[in-house]
Amino acid sequence: MGRGSREYALWSIAILAVLVVALIPVVWLISLSLKPPEAVADQRFLPANISFDNYKSLFEGGIDNSPFIKPLINSILIALSTTVIAITFASFAAYAIARLEFPGKRLILAGALAIAMFPPISTVGPLFDMWRAIGLYDTYPGLIIPYLTFSLPLAIYVLVAFFREIPWELEQAAQVDGATPFQAFTKVIVPLAAPGMFTAAILVFIFAWNDFLFAISLTSSDASRTVPAALAFFTGESSFTQPTGSIAAAAVVVTVPIIVFVLLFQRRIVSGLTAGAVKG
Amino acid sequence: MEASAQPHPAASQRTRSEHRLAWLLCAPAVIAMLAVTAYPIGYAVVLSLQQIDLRFPEISGFVGLDNYGAILSSELWWTDLFNTAFVMVISVAIELVLGMAIALVMYRAIFGRGVVRTSVLIPYGIITVVAAFAWQFAFAPDTGFVNHLPLIADDMDWFGGRFSSFAVIIMAEVWKTTPFMALLLLAGLVTIDSQLYEAAKVDGATAWQRFTRITLPLMKPAILVALLFRTLDAFRVFDTIFIMTRGAQDTESVSILGFNQLISRLNLGLGSAVSVLIFICVFLIAFVFVRGLGTRLEEGRPGG
Repeated sequence: MGRGSREYALWSIAILAVLVVALIPVVWLISLSLKPPEAVADQRFLPANISFDNYKSLFEGGIDNSPFIKPLINSILIALSTTVIAITFASFAAYAIARLEFPGKRLILAGALAIAMFPPISTVGPLFDMWRAIGLYDTYPGLIIPYLTFSLPLAIYVLVAFFREIPWELEQAAQVDGATPFQAFTKVIVPLAAPGMFTAAILVFIFAWNDFLFAISLTSSDASRTVPAALAFFTGESSFTQPTGSIAAAAVVVTVPIIVFVLLFQRRIVSGLTAGAVKG
Repeated sequence: MEASAQPHPAASQRTRSEHRLAWLLCAPAVIAMLAVTAYPIGYAVVLSLQQIDLRFPEISGFVGLDNYGAILSSELWWTDLFNTAFVMVISVAIELVLGMAIALVMYRAIFGRGVVRTSVLIPYGIITVVAAFAWQFAFAPDTGFVNHLPLIADDMDWFGGRFSSFAVIIMAEVWKTTPFMALLLLAGLVTIDSQLYEAAKVDGATAWQRFTRITLPLMKPAILVALLFRTLDAFRVFDTIFIMTRGAQDTESVSILGFNQLISRLNLGLGSAVSVLIFICVFLIAFVFVRGLGTRLEEGRPGG
Protein backbone atom coordinates (compact mmCIF):
# COMPACT_ATOMS: atom_id res chain seq x y z
CA MET A 1 0.00 0.00 0.00
CA GLY A 2 2.76 2.44 1.05
CA ARG A 3 4.90 1.43 -1.89
CA GLY A 4 1.97 1.89 -4.24
CA SER A 5 1.27 5.46 -3.19
CA ARG A 6 4.98 6.33 -3.29
CA GLU A 7 5.16 4.99 -6.82
CA TYR A 8 2.04 6.99 -7.69
CA ALA A 9 3.69 10.16 -6.35
CA LEU A 10 6.92 9.51 -8.30
CA TRP A 11 5.05 8.98 -11.56
CA SER A 12 3.00 12.11 -10.92
CA ILE A 13 6.16 14.16 -10.41
CA ALA A 14 7.78 12.77 -13.58
CA ILE A 15 4.67 13.41 -15.68
CA LEU A 16 4.15 16.88 -14.24
CA ALA A 17 7.82 17.76 -14.91
CA VAL A 18 7.52 16.79 -18.58
CA LEU A 19 4.30 18.78 -18.94
CA VAL A 20 5.70 21.92 -17.28
CA VAL A 21 8.96 21.91 -19.27
CA ALA A 22 7.05 21.42 -22.52
CA LEU A 23 4.68 24.27 -21.74
CA ILE A 24 7.07 26.92 -20.34
CA PRO A 25 8.10 28.54 -23.66
CA VAL A 26 4.51 28.55 -24.92
CA VAL A 27 3.12 30.14 -21.77
CA TRP A 28 6.05 32.57 -21.76
CA LEU A 29 5.38 33.69 -25.34
CA ILE A 30 1.66 34.15 -24.67
CA SER A 31 2.51 36.08 -21.51
CA LEU A 32 5.02 38.35 -23.34
CA SER A 33 2.55 38.97 -26.15
CA LEU A 34 -0.16 40.08 -23.71
CA LYS A 35 2.04 42.54 -21.84
CA PRO A 36 1.43 46.19 -22.69
CA PRO A 37 4.32 47.34 -24.95
CA GLU A 38 5.83 49.50 -22.19
CA ALA A 39 5.83 46.54 -19.78
CA VAL A 40 7.37 43.96 -22.12
CA ALA A 41 10.72 44.39 -20.36
CA ASP A 42 9.31 44.00 -16.84
CA GLN A 43 11.04 40.61 -16.53
CA ARG A 44 7.96 39.00 -14.97
CA PHE A 45 6.93 35.52 -16.07
CA LEU A 46 3.25 36.49 -16.08
CA PRO A 47 1.88 39.87 -17.18
CA ALA A 48 0.75 42.32 -14.50
CA ASN A 49 -1.76 43.89 -16.89
CA ILE A 50 -3.18 42.39 -20.04
CA SER A 51 -3.23 44.31 -23.32
CA PHE A 52 -3.76 43.34 -26.94
CA ASP A 53 -1.66 46.20 -28.31
CA ASN A 54 1.05 43.84 -29.58
CA TYR A 55 -1.51 41.96 -31.66
CA LYS A 56 -3.08 45.18 -32.94
CA SER A 57 0.28 46.50 -34.11
CA LEU A 58 0.89 43.26 -36.05
CA PHE A 59 -2.17 43.78 -38.22
CA GLU A 60 -2.07 47.57 -38.39
CA GLY A 61 -1.75 49.07 -41.85
CA GLY A 62 -3.44 46.22 -43.69
CA ILE A 63 -1.72 43.92 -46.11
CA ASP A 64 0.51 46.64 -47.60
CA ASN A 65 2.03 48.04 -44.44
CA SER A 66 1.74 45.32 -41.84
CA PRO A 67 5.03 43.46 -41.41
CA PHE A 68 3.14 40.28 -40.64
CA ILE A 69 0.02 39.77 -42.81
CA LYS A 70 1.79 39.14 -46.13
CA PRO A 71 4.35 36.71 -44.62
CA LEU A 72 1.51 34.88 -42.89
CA ILE A 73 -0.35 34.50 -46.21
CA ASN A 74 2.92 33.41 -47.87
CA SER A 75 3.56 30.83 -45.17
CA ILE A 76 0.08 29.36 -45.44
CA LEU A 77 0.01 29.20 -49.24
CA ILE A 78 3.56 27.88 -49.60
CA ALA A 79 3.12 25.21 -46.91
CA LEU A 80 -0.26 24.13 -48.32
CA SER A 81 1.02 23.95 -51.93
CA THR A 82 4.05 21.96 -50.78
CA THR A 83 1.77 19.58 -48.89
CA VAL A 84 -0.62 18.96 -51.78
CA ILE A 85 2.15 18.38 -54.35
CA ALA A 86 4.35 16.32 -52.01
CA ILE A 87 1.48 14.04 -50.99
CA THR A 88 0.45 13.52 -54.62
CA PHE A 89 3.99 12.62 -55.74
CA ALA A 90 4.71 10.58 -52.63
CA SER A 91 1.45 8.61 -52.91
CA PHE A 92 2.24 7.58 -56.47
CA ALA A 93 5.77 6.53 -55.53
CA ALA A 94 4.73 4.81 -52.31
CA TYR A 95 2.01 2.88 -54.12
CA ALA A 96 4.56 1.58 -56.62
CA ILE A 97 7.03 0.70 -53.87
CA ALA A 98 4.47 -1.00 -51.61
CA ARG A 99 2.54 -2.85 -54.31
CA LEU A 100 4.63 -3.43 -57.40
CA GLU A 101 7.83 -5.34 -58.08
CA PHE A 102 10.27 -3.42 -60.25
CA PRO A 103 14.00 -2.95 -60.65
CA GLY A 104 15.28 0.15 -58.88
CA LYS A 105 12.87 -0.01 -55.94
CA ARG A 106 15.62 -0.40 -53.36
CA LEU A 107 17.58 2.36 -55.06
CA ILE A 108 14.67 4.78 -54.67
CA LEU A 109 14.24 3.92 -50.98
CA ALA A 110 17.99 4.23 -50.35
CA GLY A 111 18.05 7.51 -52.29
CA ALA A 112 15.15 8.89 -50.25
CA LEU A 113 16.97 7.93 -47.05
CA ALA A 114 20.14 9.64 -48.32
CA ILE A 115 18.18 12.83 -49.05
CA ALA A 116 16.70 12.74 -45.55
CA MET A 117 20.31 13.04 -44.34
CA PHE A 118 21.36 15.63 -46.91
CA PRO A 119 22.54 18.99 -45.47
CA PRO A 120 20.24 21.69 -46.94
CA ILE A 121 22.95 24.36 -46.62
CA SER A 122 24.90 22.51 -49.33
CA THR A 123 22.19 23.33 -51.87
CA VAL A 124 21.57 26.93 -50.79
CA GLY A 125 24.38 28.51 -52.85
CA PRO A 126 23.65 26.69 -56.12
CA LEU A 127 19.89 27.27 -55.72
CA PHE A 128 20.47 30.97 -55.02
CA ASP A 129 22.48 31.23 -58.25
CA MET A 130 20.13 29.03 -60.33
CA TRP A 131 16.93 30.67 -59.06
CA ARG A 132 18.27 34.14 -59.89
CA ALA A 133 19.20 32.96 -63.37
CA ILE A 134 15.80 31.43 -64.16
CA GLY A 135 13.61 33.91 -62.28
CA LEU A 136 12.55 31.70 -59.35
CA TYR A 137 14.37 33.80 -56.74
CA ASP A 138 11.90 35.40 -54.29
CA THR A 139 8.89 33.51 -55.71
CA TYR A 140 6.57 30.84 -54.26
CA PRO A 141 7.88 28.04 -56.52
CA GLY A 142 11.42 28.98 -55.50
CA LEU A 143 10.59 27.82 -51.97
CA ILE A 144 8.05 25.10 -52.82
CA ILE A 145 10.58 23.17 -54.94
CA PRO A 146 13.24 22.73 -52.22
CA TYR A 147 10.52 22.01 -49.63
CA LEU A 148 9.20 19.25 -51.89
CA THR A 149 12.64 17.72 -52.22
CA PHE A 150 13.30 17.61 -48.51
CA SER A 151 9.82 16.50 -47.42
CA LEU A 152 9.33 13.75 -50.01
CA PRO A 153 11.60 11.20 -48.27
CA LEU A 154 9.59 11.42 -45.03
CA ALA A 155 6.28 11.37 -46.93
CA ILE A 156 7.35 8.34 -48.99
CA TYR A 157 8.51 6.37 -45.92
CA VAL A 158 5.32 7.13 -44.00
CA LEU A 159 3.09 6.26 -46.95
CA VAL A 160 4.95 3.05 -47.82
CA ALA A 161 4.50 1.92 -44.22
CA PHE A 162 0.77 2.70 -44.37
CA PHE A 163 0.23 1.26 -47.85
CA ARG A 164 1.80 -2.05 -46.85
CA GLU A 165 -0.97 -2.50 -44.27
CA ILE A 166 -3.77 -2.08 -46.81
CA PRO A 167 -5.38 -5.41 -47.74
CA TRP A 168 -4.04 -6.50 -51.12
CA GLU A 169 -7.05 -8.63 -52.04
CA LEU A 170 -9.41 -5.70 -52.46
CA GLU A 171 -7.28 -4.20 -55.20
CA GLN A 172 -6.96 -7.56 -56.95
CA ALA A 173 -10.70 -8.09 -56.62
CA ALA A 174 -11.27 -4.75 -58.31
CA GLN A 175 -8.90 -5.74 -61.11
CA VAL A 176 -10.68 -9.08 -61.50
CA ASP A 177 -13.92 -7.13 -61.81
CA GLY A 178 -12.37 -5.31 -64.75
CA ALA A 179 -10.80 -2.23 -63.19
CA THR A 180 -7.52 -1.03 -64.67
CA PRO A 181 -4.54 -0.74 -62.28
CA PHE A 182 -5.14 3.05 -62.28
CA GLN A 183 -8.83 2.63 -61.39
CA ALA A 184 -7.89 0.10 -58.74
CA PHE A 185 -5.58 2.75 -57.31
CA THR A 186 -7.99 5.70 -57.32
CA LYS A 187 -11.22 3.88 -56.43
CA VAL A 188 -10.02 1.26 -53.97
CA ILE A 189 -6.65 2.18 -52.54
CA VAL A 190 -7.03 5.96 -52.20
CA PRO A 191 -10.03 5.81 -49.81
CA LEU A 192 -8.27 3.14 -47.73
CA ALA A 193 -5.06 5.12 -47.80
CA ALA A 194 -6.62 8.47 -46.84
CA PRO A 195 -5.70 8.25 -43.12
CA GLY A 196 -2.05 7.56 -43.97
CA MET A 197 -2.04 10.37 -46.51
CA PHE A 198 -3.49 12.71 -43.92
CA THR A 199 -0.73 11.78 -41.46
CA ALA A 200 1.96 12.35 -44.08
CA ALA A 201 0.30 15.65 -45.00
CA ILE A 202 0.53 16.93 -41.40
CA LEU A 203 4.24 16.07 -41.24
CA VAL A 204 4.99 17.72 -44.60
CA PHE A 205 3.01 20.83 -43.66
CA ILE A 206 4.90 21.19 -40.37
CA PHE A 207 8.22 20.73 -42.18
CA ALA A 208 7.44 23.49 -44.71
CA TRP A 209 5.93 25.72 -42.01
CA ASN A 210 9.09 25.37 -39.90
CA ASP A 211 11.79 26.03 -42.50
CA PHE A 212 14.04 29.03 -41.96
CA LEU A 213 17.25 28.44 -43.97
CA PHE A 214 15.68 28.40 -47.46
CA ALA A 215 13.21 31.10 -46.45
CA ILE A 216 15.93 33.63 -45.63
CA SER A 217 18.29 32.54 -48.43
CA LEU A 218 15.92 32.40 -51.40
CA THR A 219 13.66 35.38 -50.69
CA SER A 220 14.39 39.10 -50.54
CA SER A 221 11.02 40.75 -49.93
CA ASP A 222 7.49 40.25 -48.68
CA ALA A 223 6.64 38.85 -52.12
CA SER A 224 7.46 35.38 -50.83
CA ARG A 225 9.09 35.73 -47.41
CA THR A 226 7.52 33.35 -44.91
CA VAL A 227 6.85 33.99 -41.21
CA PRO A 228 10.03 32.45 -39.74
CA ALA A 229 12.16 34.63 -42.05
CA ALA A 230 9.98 37.70 -41.52
CA LEU A 231 10.35 37.33 -37.72
CA ALA A 232 14.13 37.61 -38.08
CA PHE A 233 13.67 40.95 -39.87
CA PHE A 234 11.03 42.38 -37.52
CA THR A 235 11.72 45.87 -36.25
CA GLY A 236 9.97 47.84 -33.55
CA GLU A 237 7.46 50.58 -34.30
CA SER A 238 10.37 52.97 -34.23
CA SER A 239 13.99 51.91 -34.32
CA PHE A 240 14.21 52.69 -30.59
CA THR A 241 11.57 50.26 -29.34
CA GLN A 242 12.30 46.57 -29.01
CA PRO A 243 10.22 44.36 -31.31
CA THR A 244 10.00 41.74 -28.52
CA GLY A 245 6.25 42.23 -28.01
CA SER A 246 5.45 42.05 -31.74
CA ILE A 247 7.65 38.99 -32.23
CA ALA A 248 5.96 37.28 -29.28
CA ALA A 249 2.48 38.10 -30.64
CA ALA A 250 3.39 36.90 -34.15
CA ALA A 251 4.92 33.76 -32.63
CA VAL A 252 1.68 33.04 -30.76
CA VAL A 253 -0.39 33.52 -33.93
CA VAL A 254 1.68 31.00 -35.90
CA THR A 255 2.13 28.58 -32.98
CA VAL A 256 -1.21 28.12 -31.27
CA PRO A 257 -3.21 26.84 -34.31
CA ILE A 258 -0.45 24.33 -35.13
CA ILE A 259 -0.26 23.10 -31.54
CA VAL A 260 -4.03 22.63 -31.40
CA PHE A 261 -3.87 20.74 -34.68
CA VAL A 262 -0.94 18.59 -33.51
CA LEU A 263 -2.73 17.73 -30.28
CA LEU A 264 -5.96 16.84 -32.10
CA PHE A 265 -4.13 14.42 -34.37
CA GLN A 266 -1.43 13.28 -31.96
CA ARG A 267 -1.87 9.55 -32.51
CA ARG A 268 -1.46 9.96 -36.26
CA ILE A 269 1.63 12.13 -35.84
CA VAL A 270 3.30 9.68 -33.49
CA SER A 271 2.66 6.79 -35.86
CA GLY A 272 3.86 8.88 -38.80
CA LEU A 273 7.05 10.08 -37.14
CA THR A 274 8.05 6.58 -36.14
CA ALA A 275 6.83 4.72 -39.25
CA GLY A 276 9.82 5.60 -41.38
CA ALA A 277 12.42 5.16 -38.70
CA VAL A 278 11.55 1.65 -37.55
CA LYS A 279 11.88 0.32 -41.06
CA GLY A 280 15.01 2.39 -41.78
CA MET B 1 7.75 -27.36 -74.64
CA GLU B 2 5.62 -24.87 -76.48
CA ALA B 3 2.72 -25.44 -74.11
CA SER B 4 4.87 -24.77 -71.06
CA ALA B 5 6.41 -21.68 -72.67
CA GLN B 6 2.96 -20.31 -73.45
CA PRO B 7 2.36 -18.33 -70.22
CA HIS B 8 5.72 -16.65 -70.37
CA PRO B 9 5.15 -13.99 -73.07
CA ALA B 10 1.93 -12.94 -71.39
CA ALA B 11 3.54 -12.93 -67.94
CA SER B 12 6.57 -10.98 -69.04
CA GLN B 13 4.33 -8.56 -70.87
CA ARG B 14 2.47 -8.05 -67.64
CA THR B 15 5.73 -7.71 -65.73
CA ARG B 16 6.97 -5.18 -68.24
CA SER B 17 3.83 -3.09 -68.03
CA GLU B 18 4.03 -3.31 -64.25
CA HIS B 19 7.63 -2.04 -64.38
CA ARG B 20 6.55 0.78 -66.68
CA LEU B 21 3.66 1.75 -64.39
CA ALA B 22 5.96 1.62 -61.34
CA TRP B 23 8.52 3.87 -62.98
CA LEU B 24 5.85 6.26 -64.17
CA LEU B 25 4.47 6.50 -60.64
CA CYS B 26 7.91 7.07 -59.11
CA ALA B 27 9.17 9.52 -61.73
CA PRO B 28 7.69 12.78 -60.31
CA ALA B 29 9.01 12.10 -56.81
CA VAL B 30 12.42 10.96 -58.04
CA ILE B 31 12.80 14.00 -60.31
CA ALA B 32 11.71 16.37 -57.54
CA MET B 33 14.20 14.81 -55.12
CA LEU B 34 17.12 14.85 -57.55
CA ALA B 35 16.41 18.36 -58.89
CA VAL B 36 17.38 20.02 -55.63
CA THR B 37 20.05 17.59 -54.39
CA ALA B 38 22.10 15.77 -57.01
CA TYR B 39 22.24 18.61 -59.53
CA PRO B 40 22.92 21.43 -57.03
CA ILE B 41 25.62 19.49 -55.18
CA GLY B 42 27.33 18.87 -58.53
CA TYR B 43 26.93 22.55 -59.34
CA ALA B 44 28.31 23.44 -55.89
CA VAL B 45 31.44 21.41 -56.66
CA VAL B 46 31.85 23.34 -59.94
CA LEU B 47 31.33 26.68 -58.19
CA SER B 48 33.72 25.75 -55.40
CA LEU B 49 36.58 25.43 -57.91
CA GLN B 50 36.12 28.98 -59.13
CA GLN B 51 36.59 32.46 -57.86
CA ILE B 52 33.05 33.88 -58.02
CA ASP B 53 32.17 36.90 -55.95
CA LEU B 54 28.91 38.48 -57.10
CA ARG B 55 30.07 41.82 -55.70
CA PHE B 56 33.14 41.72 -57.99
CA PRO B 57 31.90 39.91 -61.11
CA GLU B 58 34.85 41.04 -63.23
CA ILE B 59 37.39 38.95 -61.29
CA SER B 60 36.24 35.41 -61.71
CA GLY B 61 37.74 32.25 -63.08
CA PHE B 62 38.93 28.74 -62.37
CA VAL B 63 41.13 28.56 -59.29
CA GLY B 64 41.31 24.81 -58.69
CA LEU B 65 41.40 23.87 -55.01
CA ASP B 66 42.38 27.35 -53.81
CA ASN B 67 39.01 27.94 -52.10
CA TYR B 68 39.40 24.70 -50.14
CA GLY B 69 42.95 25.65 -49.22
CA ALA B 70 41.77 29.05 -48.01
CA ILE B 71 39.02 27.53 -45.85
CA LEU B 72 41.02 24.65 -44.40
CA SER B 73 43.86 26.99 -43.45
CA SER B 74 41.54 29.55 -41.84
CA GLU B 75 41.05 29.49 -38.11
CA LEU B 76 37.36 30.38 -38.55
CA TRP B 77 36.50 27.07 -40.25
CA TRP B 78 38.09 25.02 -37.47
CA THR B 79 36.47 27.15 -34.74
CA ASP B 80 33.08 26.74 -36.41
CA LEU B 81 33.61 23.02 -36.91
CA PHE B 82 34.47 22.69 -33.23
CA ASN B 83 31.36 24.73 -32.28
CA THR B 84 29.13 22.58 -34.46
CA ALA B 85 30.59 19.32 -33.14
CA PHE B 86 30.37 20.64 -29.57
CA VAL B 87 26.69 21.59 -29.84
CA MET B 88 25.99 18.34 -31.70
CA VAL B 89 27.67 15.98 -29.20
CA ILE B 90 26.38 17.66 -26.03
CA SER B 91 22.80 18.13 -27.24
CA VAL B 92 22.49 14.64 -28.71
CA ALA B 93 23.94 13.10 -25.53
CA ILE B 94 21.46 14.98 -23.32
CA GLU B 95 18.61 14.16 -25.71
CA LEU B 96 19.47 10.47 -25.63
CA VAL B 97 19.32 10.30 -21.83
CA LEU B 98 16.21 12.49 -21.53
CA GLY B 99 14.55 10.85 -24.53
CA MET B 100 15.13 7.40 -23.01
CA ALA B 101 13.71 8.57 -19.68
CA ILE B 102 10.61 10.00 -21.37
CA ALA B 103 10.19 6.89 -23.52
CA LEU B 104 10.32 4.73 -20.38
CA VAL B 105 7.76 6.99 -18.67
CA MET B 106 5.45 6.73 -21.70
CA TYR B 107 5.94 2.96 -21.82
CA ARG B 108 5.72 2.12 -18.14
CA ALA B 109 3.49 4.83 -16.66
CA ILE B 110 0.49 3.37 -14.86
CA PHE B 111 -1.45 6.52 -15.73
CA GLY B 112 -0.97 9.80 -17.56
CA ARG B 113 0.58 8.32 -20.70
CA GLY B 114 -1.63 10.56 -22.81
CA VAL B 115 -0.49 13.65 -20.91
CA VAL B 116 3.16 12.83 -21.59
CA ARG B 117 2.55 12.15 -25.27
CA THR B 118 0.60 15.39 -25.59
CA SER B 119 3.37 17.28 -23.81
CA VAL B 120 6.19 15.97 -25.97
CA LEU B 121 4.35 16.89 -29.14
CA ILE B 122 4.16 20.58 -28.17
CA PRO B 123 7.84 21.29 -28.93
CA TYR B 124 7.49 19.33 -32.18
CA GLY B 125 4.67 21.63 -33.35
CA ILE B 126 6.58 24.85 -32.65
CA ILE B 127 8.66 26.54 -35.34
CA THR B 128 12.36 26.29 -34.41
CA VAL B 129 12.79 30.04 -34.91
CA VAL B 130 9.85 30.73 -32.58
CA ALA B 131 11.27 28.42 -29.90
CA ALA B 132 14.65 30.12 -30.26
CA PHE B 133 13.03 33.54 -29.74
CA ALA B 134 11.09 32.28 -26.72
CA TRP B 135 14.25 31.03 -25.00
CA GLN B 136 16.24 34.08 -26.05
CA PHE B 137 13.66 36.42 -24.50
CA ALA B 138 13.54 34.23 -21.39
CA PHE B 139 17.33 34.45 -20.87
CA ALA B 140 17.87 38.03 -22.11
CA PRO B 141 18.81 40.28 -19.14
CA ASP B 142 16.38 43.01 -20.21
CA THR B 143 13.17 41.00 -20.84
CA GLY B 144 13.80 37.61 -19.30
CA PHE B 145 12.56 35.99 -16.12
CA VAL B 146 15.37 33.43 -15.89
CA ASN B 147 17.76 35.74 -14.03
CA HIS B 148 15.20 36.13 -11.26
CA LEU B 149 15.14 32.40 -10.58
CA PRO B 150 16.94 31.23 -7.44
CA LEU B 151 20.66 30.32 -7.78
CA ILE B 152 21.07 32.54 -10.87
CA ALA B 153 22.79 35.92 -10.65
CA ASP B 154 20.38 38.76 -11.42
CA ASP B 155 22.80 40.39 -13.85
CA MET B 156 23.95 37.22 -15.64
CA ASP B 157 24.61 38.14 -19.28
CA TRP B 158 23.92 34.79 -20.98
CA PHE B 159 24.68 35.96 -24.52
CA GLY B 160 27.79 37.87 -23.46
CA GLY B 161 30.02 34.81 -23.21
CA ARG B 162 30.78 31.88 -25.48
CA PHE B 163 29.90 28.93 -23.28
CA SER B 164 26.95 30.57 -21.54
CA SER B 165 25.58 31.25 -25.05
CA PHE B 166 26.18 27.60 -25.90
CA ALA B 167 24.33 26.56 -22.74
CA VAL B 168 21.19 28.42 -23.86
CA ILE B 169 21.56 27.27 -27.49
CA ILE B 170 21.94 23.63 -26.43
CA MET B 171 19.00 23.93 -24.04
CA ALA B 172 16.76 25.26 -26.81
CA GLU B 173 17.89 22.50 -29.18
CA VAL B 174 17.32 19.82 -26.53
CA TRP B 175 13.87 21.19 -25.73
CA LYS B 176 12.86 21.24 -29.38
CA THR B 177 14.13 17.83 -30.47
CA THR B 178 14.01 15.51 -27.44
CA PRO B 179 10.38 14.60 -28.34
CA PHE B 180 11.49 13.14 -31.66
CA MET B 181 14.19 11.10 -29.90
CA ALA B 182 11.69 9.92 -27.25
CA LEU B 183 9.15 8.79 -29.86
CA LEU B 184 11.76 6.88 -31.87
CA LEU B 185 13.04 5.19 -28.71
CA LEU B 186 9.49 4.36 -27.61
CA ALA B 187 8.90 2.68 -30.98
CA GLY B 188 11.94 0.48 -30.27
CA LEU B 189 10.87 -0.13 -26.69
CA VAL B 190 7.45 -1.55 -27.55
CA THR B 191 9.03 -4.22 -29.77
CA ILE B 192 10.72 -5.86 -26.75
CA ASP B 193 8.95 -9.00 -25.58
CA SER B 194 7.57 -8.29 -22.10
CA GLN B 195 8.03 -11.96 -21.14
CA LEU B 196 11.76 -11.28 -20.98
CA TYR B 197 11.16 -8.81 -18.14
CA GLU B 198 8.87 -11.24 -16.34
CA ALA B 199 11.47 -13.98 -16.59
CA ALA B 200 14.23 -11.64 -15.35
CA LYS B 201 12.01 -10.52 -12.45
CA VAL B 202 11.43 -14.14 -11.47
CA ASP B 203 15.21 -14.66 -11.55
CA GLY B 204 15.58 -11.75 -9.13
CA ALA B 205 17.00 -9.10 -11.47
CA THR B 206 16.71 -5.52 -10.19
CA ALA B 207 15.05 -2.81 -12.26
CA TRP B 208 18.48 -1.39 -13.17
CA GLN B 209 19.74 -4.84 -14.22
CA ARG B 210 16.64 -5.38 -16.36
CA PHE B 211 17.30 -2.00 -18.01
CA THR B 212 21.01 -2.57 -18.73
CA ARG B 213 20.84 -6.31 -19.57
CA ILE B 214 17.56 -6.46 -21.52
CA THR B 215 16.32 -3.03 -22.59
CA LEU B 216 19.58 -1.47 -23.75
CA PRO B 217 20.99 -4.42 -25.74
CA LEU B 218 17.68 -5.13 -27.47
CA MET B 219 17.20 -1.47 -28.27
CA LYS B 220 20.62 -0.97 -29.87
CA PRO B 221 19.23 -0.78 -33.43
CA ALA B 222 16.49 1.70 -32.40
CA ILE B 223 19.01 3.77 -30.44
CA LEU B 224 21.44 3.88 -33.37
CA VAL B 225 18.72 4.90 -35.83
CA ALA B 226 17.55 7.67 -33.48
CA LEU B 227 21.16 8.78 -32.90
CA LEU B 228 21.90 8.82 -36.62
CA PHE B 229 18.94 11.03 -37.47
CA ARG B 230 19.46 13.39 -34.56
CA THR B 231 23.25 13.62 -35.00
CA LEU B 232 22.96 14.60 -38.66
CA ASP B 233 20.15 17.00 -37.81
CA ALA B 234 22.21 18.56 -35.01
CA PHE B 235 25.24 18.93 -37.31
CA ARG B 236 23.13 21.17 -39.53
CA VAL B 237 22.26 23.47 -36.59
CA PHE B 238 21.39 26.88 -38.00
CA ASP B 239 18.05 28.39 -36.92
CA THR B 240 18.65 28.50 -33.16
CA ILE B 241 22.16 29.98 -33.39
CA PHE B 242 21.11 32.46 -36.09
CA ILE B 243 18.30 33.83 -33.92
CA MET B 244 20.12 33.77 -30.58
CA THR B 245 23.61 35.06 -31.33
CA ARG B 246 23.95 35.17 -35.11
CA GLY B 247 27.39 33.65 -34.50
CA ALA B 248 28.56 36.34 -32.05
CA GLN B 249 30.88 35.36 -29.14
CA ASP B 250 32.48 32.65 -31.31
CA THR B 251 29.30 30.59 -31.45
CA GLU B 252 29.11 30.34 -35.25
CA SER B 253 28.26 26.91 -36.73
CA VAL B 254 29.48 25.65 -40.11
CA SER B 255 26.00 26.14 -41.61
CA ILE B 256 26.06 29.79 -40.54
CA LEU B 257 29.56 30.17 -42.01
CA GLY B 258 28.26 28.79 -45.32
CA PHE B 259 25.23 31.10 -45.20
CA ASN B 260 27.39 34.15 -44.44
CA GLN B 261 29.73 33.44 -47.35
CA LEU B 262 26.97 32.59 -49.82
CA ILE B 263 24.10 34.92 -49.03
CA SER B 264 25.52 37.75 -46.92
CA ARG B 265 28.84 38.16 -48.76
CA LEU B 266 27.68 36.72 -52.11
CA ASN B 267 30.99 34.88 -52.39
CA LEU B 268 29.68 31.83 -54.25
CA GLY B 269 33.11 30.26 -54.76
CA LEU B 270 34.22 30.21 -51.11
CA GLY B 271 30.65 29.57 -49.89
CA SER B 272 30.24 26.58 -52.18
CA ALA B 273 33.51 25.14 -50.96
CA VAL B 274 32.16 25.42 -47.39
CA SER B 275 28.95 23.70 -48.57
CA VAL B 276 30.90 20.84 -50.13
CA LEU B 277 33.00 20.42 -46.98
CA ILE B 278 29.80 20.27 -44.88
CA PHE B 279 28.41 17.68 -47.28
CA ILE B 280 31.58 15.59 -46.86
CA CYS B 281 31.31 15.82 -43.04
CA VAL B 282 27.67 14.68 -43.12
CA PHE B 283 28.60 11.86 -45.46
CA LEU B 284 31.36 10.70 -43.10
CA ILE B 285 29.07 10.81 -40.04
CA ALA B 286 26.37 8.87 -41.91
CA PHE B 287 28.95 6.35 -43.15
CA VAL B 288 30.21 5.64 -39.63
CA PHE B 289 26.67 5.19 -38.31
CA VAL B 290 25.44 3.03 -41.18
CA ARG B 291 28.46 0.73 -40.76
CA GLY B 292 27.76 0.51 -37.03
CA LEU B 293 24.07 -0.04 -37.72
CA GLY B 294 24.77 -2.75 -40.29
CA THR B 295 26.91 -4.85 -37.96
CA ARG B 296 24.54 -4.32 -35.02
CA LEU B 297 21.64 -5.50 -37.10
CA GLU B 298 23.61 -8.61 -38.05
CA GLU B 299 24.47 -9.28 -34.40
CA GLY B 300 20.90 -8.71 -33.32
CA ARG B 301 19.49 -11.21 -35.77
CA PRO B 302 18.41 -14.37 -33.93
CA GLY B 303 20.40 -17.43 -34.93
CA GLY B 304 22.78 -15.26 -36.97
